Amino acid sequence: MSRSTTDRVIAIIAEQAVLDPSDVTLDSTMEDLGIDSLGLVESIFAIEEEFDISVPFNANEPQASDFDISSVAAIIEGIEKLVKEQS
Amino acid sequence: MKRVVITGAGTINALGHTVPATLEAMREGRCGIGPLDFRDVDRLSIRIGGQVNNYEPETRFNRQQLALYDRFTQFTLIAAREAIEQSGLTFSGDLAARAGIVLGNSGGGMTTLDDNYRSVYEDGKNRVHPFVVPKLMNNAASSHVSMEFNLKGPSFTVSTACASSNHAMAQAFQMVHGGMTPVMITGGSESMLCFGGVKAWEGLRVMSRDACRPFSANRNGMVQGEGAGVFVFEDYDHARARGAEILAEVAGYAMSSDAADIVMPSKQGASRAIKGALSDARLNTTDVGYINAHGTGTAANDKTESAAVADVFGAHADRLMISSTKSMHGHLIGGTGAVELLACIMAVRDGIIAPTIGYEEPDPECALDVVPNVAREAKVDVALSNAFAFGGLNAVLALKRFA
Repeated sequence: MSRSTTDRVIAIIAEQAVLDPSDVTLDSTMEDLGIDSLGLVESIFAIEEEFDISVPFNANEPQASDFDISSVAAIIEGIEKLVKEQS
Repeated sequence: MKRVVITGAGTINALGHTVPATLEAMREGRCGIGPLDFRDVDRLSIRIGGQVNNYEPETRFNRQQLALYDRFTQFTLIAAREAIEQSGLTFSGDLAARAGIVLGNSGGGMTTLDDNYRSVYEDGKNRVHPFVVPKLMNNAASSHVSMEFNLKGPSFTVSTACASSNHAMAQAFQMVHGGMTPVMITGGSESMLCFGGVKAWEGLRVMSRDACRPFSANRNGMVQGEGAGVFVFEDYDHARARGAEILAEVAGYAMSSDAADIVMPSKQGASRAIKGALSDARLNTTDVGYINAHGTGTAANDKTESAAVADVFGAHADRLMISSTKSMHGHLIGGTGAVELLACIMAVRDGIIAPTIGYEEPDPECALDVVPNVAREAKVDVALSNAFAFGGLNAVLALKRFA
């Protein structure tokens, strides 16, 4: 039985933020967690590797991407959608 | 013009992870060259090198730093920490705004390139880690040192193959000498010991399969090394005012270009650089007691370098000592002049001349005192450090015992 998407995303984000997964909540923002732009790009890479998906994210204009990074919950929701579309 | 002194030195290389460990190995004539250990080494025909062993990056850097630092950057930071700690300097205010860093490097993040080319070409992956570019760029090491130590003055990386570090240190000297800044961090680093790095060198057919034996008649090529050397170059008045320990004085330098051949060395180009360094430092040929040779162990370099030294020094060529420490630490390419400057500091400060190890048979075309196999005690007032790069770009530095 594989871990839920939520657990897997939180594990990736927690590692990036050097936090315990229990400190990463669904409503946390990247800024709350101390993840800067380079850290965000690295997290997205780790997510793509973990889920074998391609995330449409351009660091030049994060708001213009289809992929919502405003909170951990939004990221998880986006990944679930991508996994469904790209599987 | 300002006098320029060295107030800090740091290194990590095949002979040791610190300056004291490296100098001890040089005194003992120890060889840091051994079997290479990395992925796909069995597909190489050259399988020896001066690798940095017993190195655990996790003990020096955290996970996020390691994600951003190629091996050449890691080595540079380790050497810079040792050098700056020894100098006792901290950078803030006006000093931070003026002090910078100029480093030599030839290949950039070769391990990063190698790993990621393998991943996309061999493993067929279509995605690479986002930090590939900031890891592999040649200036990454200079930039990370500037960030760790708050160096906000002129900072950049010089790339002139095997003379990179000497060109970088010459530039740093010039900046302090001319009064642009009281302090510059300088030196260089290299880490090409990965499958693609060694495979590229194999192609040139100048590498030895068994040992680096500079100036020996049975020499059969160069052996690559890796690591970094970093120094603090400081205005003498600034160093004296704060009571800093002075390791040696940088007396002058010269650079020259052969404008002749992309790989073959030139006696004239080398001679002009050596003569130029003496003239810049206002020294006579007879003042020089020791030369740290470029001494790669190739047929072409060693005889050309010997002829250049004989030309410049005349009768005094038979009285000075010249050794190639590449026999011990290997050829660090863009970082080599920096690690070799340590042997010059040891000569003028401690009166100990590092040997040319692996020396087995005299070569009439290299008939100089190459300090064969065993270190020697001798009082030396002036030492030169030679670097003659592929592309015909030469840079020679002159060090003086500080008095």
